[in-house]
Amino acid sequence: MNTFYGYRRPDGRVGVRNRVLILPASVCASDTTRIIASQVEGSVTFNNQQGCSQVGPDQQLTMDVMAGYAANPNIYGTVVVSLGCENCQMDLVVAAIRERTNKPLEQVIIQEAGGTLKAIEAAVRYAKAMVAEASMLQKEEFPLSELIIGTECGGSDPTSGLAANPVIGEMSDLLVKAGGTSILSETTEFIGAEHILARRAATKEVHDRIFEIVHRYENALRLVGEEVREGNPSPGNKAGGITTLEEKSLGCIHKGGHSPVNAVYDYAKQVEPHQGLVIMDTPGNDPSSVAAMVAGGCQVVVFSSGRGTPTGNPIVPVVKLTGNKLTYAKMVDNIDFDASPLIYGQKDLATLGQDLLDMVVETARGKQTKAEALGYTEMAIARVCNYV
Amino acid sequence: MINAMIIDPKDNVAVAIEPIAAGETVSYLCGGETVSLTAASDITIYHKLATREIKAGEPVVKYGEHIGVAMCDIARGAHVHVHNVESRREDLEAKE
Repeated sequence: MNTFYGYRRPDGRVGVRNRVLILPASVCASDTTRIIASQVEGSVTFNNQQGCSQVGPDQQLTMDVMAGYAANPNIYGTVVVSLGCENCQMDLVVAAIRERTNKPLEQVIIQEAGGTLKAIEAAVRYAKAMVAEASMLQKEEFPLSELIIGTECGGSDPTSGLAANPVIGEMSDLLVKAGGTSILSETTEFIGAEHILARRAATKEVHDRIFEIVHRYENALRLVGEEVREGNPSPGNKAGGITTLEEKSLGCIHKGGHSPVNAVYDYAKQVEPHQGLVIMDTPGNDPSSVAAMVAGGCQVVVFSSGRGTPTGNPIVPVVKLTGNKLTYAKMVDNIDFDASPLIYGQKDLATLGQDLLDMVVETARGKQTKAEALGYTEMAIARVCNYV
Repeated sequence: MINAMIIDPKDNVAVAIEPIAAGETVSYLCGGETVSLTAASDITIYHKLATREIKAGEPVVKYGEHIGVAMCDIARGAHVHVHNVESRREDLEAKE
């Protein structure tokens, strides 16, 4: 499968889903967007716990995720809903979205619309019209080079490093060879392995940036007197057999395969297509790391788990795999792909990597992932500081 | 029967790929050869065991890299985990 069928967007990007986003500009608009989305088949939303009372750098992270979500090519168009008095003001949110995309955009401010019911009515009308326009789009055939894939691991155990992450790495190398883009994330899980990634940097600048983002992350936690090792590895990681953060990291970075690292992006910044392997600076916390890559514009996320996780995302399909044969048997309702045959010598890495790429392409072509079928949409936005 | 694996020939720990009881034979492949030893303790599936004696203060090596330091002497065949290994931050930029 060397092509997929997707939706061409007016900004030139290509989506693999065709949804309308009801975007809450802050926590104070999130219940309203939930009600709106429940009235509009074909729309999605999420619970934005941020958007107000944040320090500058935190507000920037929130703005980048919101703008990136609206710009993600899986989204046809966006209805932004704000309360009216939050720090993430409507005009700021709209400007941030417009910097990234020229796709359809509508706005509803609850305090100006005259309260909840009037705001809901206005937003539902905008969203229904947008869904109708979106439904007219025909899919077109595109090469795999148009794909940007986000890679993530969560609830890791030693099988993640032995099988699931190497299989993701093999898939990533195949995608890179086809001219596509793969994002390696989770800066906390580079710790103890950053020198290995840095050796693969395409330029001196990328090499230095890899060390910079790791040290910046460690120092950010030290500013509040904490260490990144607090709670990492997690109790589940340890029960599974992971002893130290270094061991977890050495397993984690297998997701990047063996390709050179061509760029390092800050959290939720827009990723250019046709870039090969790139890194994004994200937390090890899964929902906030996945959110950043989705904001970066990936169309599909591939997610490994040793312990088994149900996680999904409102905007991109999340393909899940495990290298743990017991977890696959126990959580088959949640997990799409079994990588454990690698450990037991039943299948080799090249075969499993191609099988996983085929599953990613099928997903891009429209096949539902298990997380989509179950309706999982949880997400989080990274932050560095308490509310002001 | 192969019931464990190593990732890199430099490793001094193997990963159990089946549950292993104390006293059972542990077998893993290294460069095409089967290496066997006796489990000194029960090893939960996917947990680590020492493939040779690791002295207190010595690095524990998996993936051919340091994953921590032995807090006490670890016998060949013994379970290697949080009770006998601690994390140590290395300056990898300087090392590189």
